Amino acid sequence: MAVTKTEPINGSTTKSSAPPSTSMPLKSDLLSILSLKSLRLKTKQQELLIRVSILCLVYVLAFITRLFSVLRYESMIHEFDPYFNYRTTLFLTQKGFYEFWNWFDSESWYPLGRIIGGTLYPGLMVTAAMMYWGLRFLRFAVHIREVCVLTAPFFASNTTLVAYFFGKEIWDTGAGLVAAVLIAICPGYISRSVAGSYDNEGVAIFALLLTFYLFVKAVNTGSLAWGLASAFGYFYMVSAWGGYVFIINLIPLYVLALLITGRYSMRLYVAYNCMYVLGMLLAMQIRFVGFQHVQSGEHMAAMGVFFLMQVFYFLDWVKHLLNDKKLFEAFLRITVTCAVGVGAIALGVGTASGYISPWSGRFYSLLDPTYAKDHIPIIASVSEHQPTAWSSFMFDFHILLFLFPAGLYFCFKRLSDATIFIVMYGLTSMYFAGVMVRLILVATPAVCLISAIAVSATIKNLTMLLRTKSKVSQTGSTKGTGGGKTSSKAMLDQSQPFQRNGAIALLFGAFYLLSRYAIHCTWVTSEAYSSPSIVLAARGAHGNRVIFDDYREAYYWLRQNTPPDAKVMSWWDYGYQITAMGNRTVIVDNNTWNNTHIATVGRAMSSYEDEAYEIMRSLDVDYVLVVFGGVTGYSSDDINKFLWMVRIGGGVFPVIKEPDYLVNGEYRVDKVCSPPRV
Amino acid sequence: MGRNYFTILTVLSIPPTDRRLLVLLDDLSLKSSHSIFFNSLKSRGFDLDFKLADDPKLALQRYGQYLYDGLIIFSPSIERFGGVVDLAAVLDFVDSGHDLIIAADSSSSDLIKSLATECGVDFDEDPSALVIDHKSYAVAETEGDHTLIAADDFIESDVLLGKKKIEAPVLFQGIAHSLNAANTLVLKVLSASPLAYSANPNSKLSSPPSLTGSSISLVSVVQARNNARIMITGSLDMFSNRFLRSSVQKAGSPRKYDKSGNEQFVTELSKWVFHVRGHLKAVNLRHNKAGETDEPAMYRIKDDLVFSVEIYEWSGKSWEPYVANDVQVQLYMMSPYVLKTLSNDKKGLYHASFKVPDVYGVFQFKVEYHRLGYTSLSLSKQIPVRPFRHNEYERFITAAFPYYGASFTMMAGFFLFSFVYLYHK
Repeated sequence: MAVTKTEPINGSTTKSSAPPSTSMPLKSDLLSILSLKSLRLKTKQQELLIRVSILCLVYVLAFITRLFSVLRYESMIHEFDPYFNYRTTLFLTQKGFYEFWNWFDSESWYPLGRIIGGTLYPGLMVTAAMMYWGLRFLRFAVHIREVCVLTAPFFASNTTLVAYFFGKEIWDTGAGLVAAVLIAICPGYISRSVAGSYDNEGVAIFALLLTFYLFVKAVNTGSLAWGLASAFGYFYMVSAWGGYVFIINLIPLYVLALLITGRYSMRLYVAYNCMYVLGMLLAMQIRFVGFQHVQSGEHMAAMGVFFLMQVFYFLDWVKHLLNDKKLFEAFLRITVTCAVGVGAIALGVGTASGYISPWSGRFYSLLDPTYAKDHIPIIASVSEHQPTAWSSFMFDFHILLFLFPAGLYFCFKRLSDATIFIVMYGLTSMYFAGVMVRLILVATPAVCLISAIAVSATIKNLTMLLRTKSKVSQTGSTKGTGGGKTSSKAMLDQSQPFQRNGAIALLFGAFYLLSRYAIHCTWVTSEAYSSPSIVLAARGAHGNRVIFDDYREAYYWLRQNTPPDAKVMSWWDYGYQITAMGNRTVIVDNNTWNNTHIATVGRAMSSYEDEAYEIMRSLDVDYVLVVFGGVTGYSSDDINKFLWMVRIGGGVFPVIKEPDYLVNGEYRVDKVCSPPRV
Repeated sequence: MGRNYFTILTVLSIPPTDRRLLVLLDDLSLKSSHSIFFNSLKSRGFDLDFKLADDPKLALQRYGQYLYDGLIIFSPSIERFGGVVDLAAVLDFVDSGHDLIIAADSSSSDLIKSLATECGVDFDEDPSALVIDHKSYAVAETEGDHTLIAADDFIESDVLLGKKKIEAPVLFQGIAHSLNAANTLVLKVLSASPLAYSANPNSKLSSPPSLTGSSISLVSVVQARNNARIMITGSLDMFSNRFLRSSVQKAGSPRKYDKSGNEQFVTELSKWVFHVRGHLKAVNLRHNKAGETDEPAMYRIKDDLVFSVEIYEWSGKSWEPYVANDVQVQLYMMSPYVLKTLSNDKKGLYHASFKVPDVYGVFQFKVEYHRLGYTSLSLSKQIPVRPFRHNEYERFITAAFPYYGASFTMMAGFFLFSFVYLYHK
């Protein structure tokens, strides 16, 4: 091993392969062949070693690059939703799974309450709790908060492994390695998986990629075992994030595409049926999802494709039995018409009778980006539901944005079941990423994988050029493996004199780009995505860092100075934080399941004092929490959000009209401010 | 049970009645001219502290503790209180649950009037106006200007004025006030007759009087939301020895009373104001599942529960069971889901049993009991109601037997099929 390590691969092979052609003695020839063989084996080992060490490094890198926030601030939970997840995890670890499953939370959505167990995706909490219990079992006295903080980086590390295997499955190991590196530091993914960002997405991207990988593996192998594994991957995804709807629509779409392009095979049949049926049954065990798989419009595509598969299989069988082509065509026509007709009637009856629920607003807004703006202000009000700006694509993907089309080119060039999948995944998720900012996250793995294909394929081609040239110059055509290829390349090489230099230049260019990417990613991670948003940092006049910890101070004030059963009214953004940190009852929170209730709060916030007082009395409100950022120049305070309160309130209570709050069509917060504002 | 009994005793043994009263006077001669009223208060156990209203050392509280339980302002002409007391201090005194008697006069200052305005009554703006009634005036030796009124239009409430009916009219000489329509807590206890009006008796009426008829209130009371009680009258003289001892004959009435109704009226009303009468107390609000005794932290939907509360009335000496058949309990979440009249056992214990509705959420047991003269009871106790747990649903339902059958035949069929398919060749 020591020898192999000191000598570079190229040098050792060329040096050892050179003597046999020149020296005559038989013994030495035999010896050299032996050494060549042993070296070859060693090369393979070497390659494995390098691959494993690269993966290990990437694994560690993916973890530590997400620790900026812990270093800058402290080990704390970030943002809004993670506080809810943290609170529920805490409950789970303290009270056990059944209490968690049946938890009726009377502290949020006062006075309606919320059945926590039935309205959340428990995957994240259960995962964190398992890790916590596991560590406890191993006698590591960790606090659950530390586990929660580090869950997302840990899963990001795991995602790199999955990305490696996925890349390997669709292209080759090189692409897999590049994909692992790219996804480890891609800002689009880091934005949701820094330490402390304890949110569903952190786990879900892992589950998403795992499901896709296992499914592609199942399609490639036609193995029931992989199909079963992908069903379990899907189950984990369903338990972790509502984004599973993407999977259950993308996979049927993919299957449909394969059917249309005539790539139907037994492998596909086994993979899809196993994954769909078992995945559906497993997903039904999640309370929040329940019967949606058979009842909601979003899942109907999967079911339709499932039936279509059966029809296809049946037709195949009939074709096998009938030798007459004409008869079969007639039969085909009748069966397809019948199948489509029955499907359409079933869907129509189901929808009309209300058994199949129509598409939800969120789903609509994905297909039609203007839908939410016109119909559902509560969706449009969330900043992460806004359409994506070009700059944020650039910010999150950097060079991947240019590598993506190149990767698509390579994929199309070598079309297979697997590459078709990644192309479809890439294209659909890119569309969704354009509709909503937060869905950049879903597109990130696809973009990384496709870009990895581009990078890997390009570099491979370039290095191959370089290496064949050097080989050609040293030895003639005596090389055994790939001799034909090299000779043809050599011919090609002779026809283009500057190819070698060009290749070197291109190679340097690629490395330059990749290094810029690495620098960009690190910079974005440290500057933009590692702020917990609950503690604010700003640069003072002299460049020193100023920390505003006002939020947490406010919540601790609530915790210590108000009666335990006090009800705090605030805009819904702060609901989770108040319950988690302030331990007080809130009227509305970030789980925006009841639009009317939120609208009531919006109305209370945007009415005159005496009307608002009546509304607040009816909700038993004891305290009102408002955020004002005017002093510190903090921009996302309640005045900034005020128009959304008006819009959401006005959506339910037409008494509130947006124009009343505007001065000449402008929203102003100064002397000419409009009358209803206090 | 023994401990509960003990807590009841300790709670019940605290009398709600005021002890220490501060009397603010314009000058100390009032002490003798109104001595009957003051002595009657003293004989009923109150500690009276007489102070001039402009006493420079005047203070209602010291070190954050109020020095008095009640305040009697018999200083109509005071422009500024002495010491650290001002309008806001008096209002704070009331806001913290203390009682107040304000007597105004024809010489009333703006301070007294604005104090009354804060309490929900508006005195006539005209500083020289008095209540004049040419019909129900008190007959005197000399035909006066009919400003001495014999009023007998009492509020009908045993709680406010005592069980014994006040026979003789009450003598009143002073200024009129009206109730603020926006204030729902203020009540007319003694109102003027329909023919009364408020004007300057010494000048000719040039324009119609602003206050007329029975919208004029002679004596009003307020019971604030925190059960602080306030009495406001436009006549300081009605407390005076002269009026208390005077005989009275209402104009047009043949009957002449040896003694006016003033003494009984002010005595009974002062009993009410200082919480000797009409004070209710609700204790031991309890609820539990039917058949259990412990109070749960949370109910499940469709639970049967028993709710009970004990209500006592202060009789002046001890807490007596309060007996009424109109006390109701609500199970409330934004609107009442259950509204039930409580039945009582004549010993103060009210109870009802009902079923929790099939709605989950954070409910409240609410007892809202507001009756004229009594302190208002508004109790609420929060109680969350949860849905069924996963293992509380019915395990097997008859209606689902076809489904059970279907799944089991399916399993058996699949097994048979595989068996036949694999081995039949």
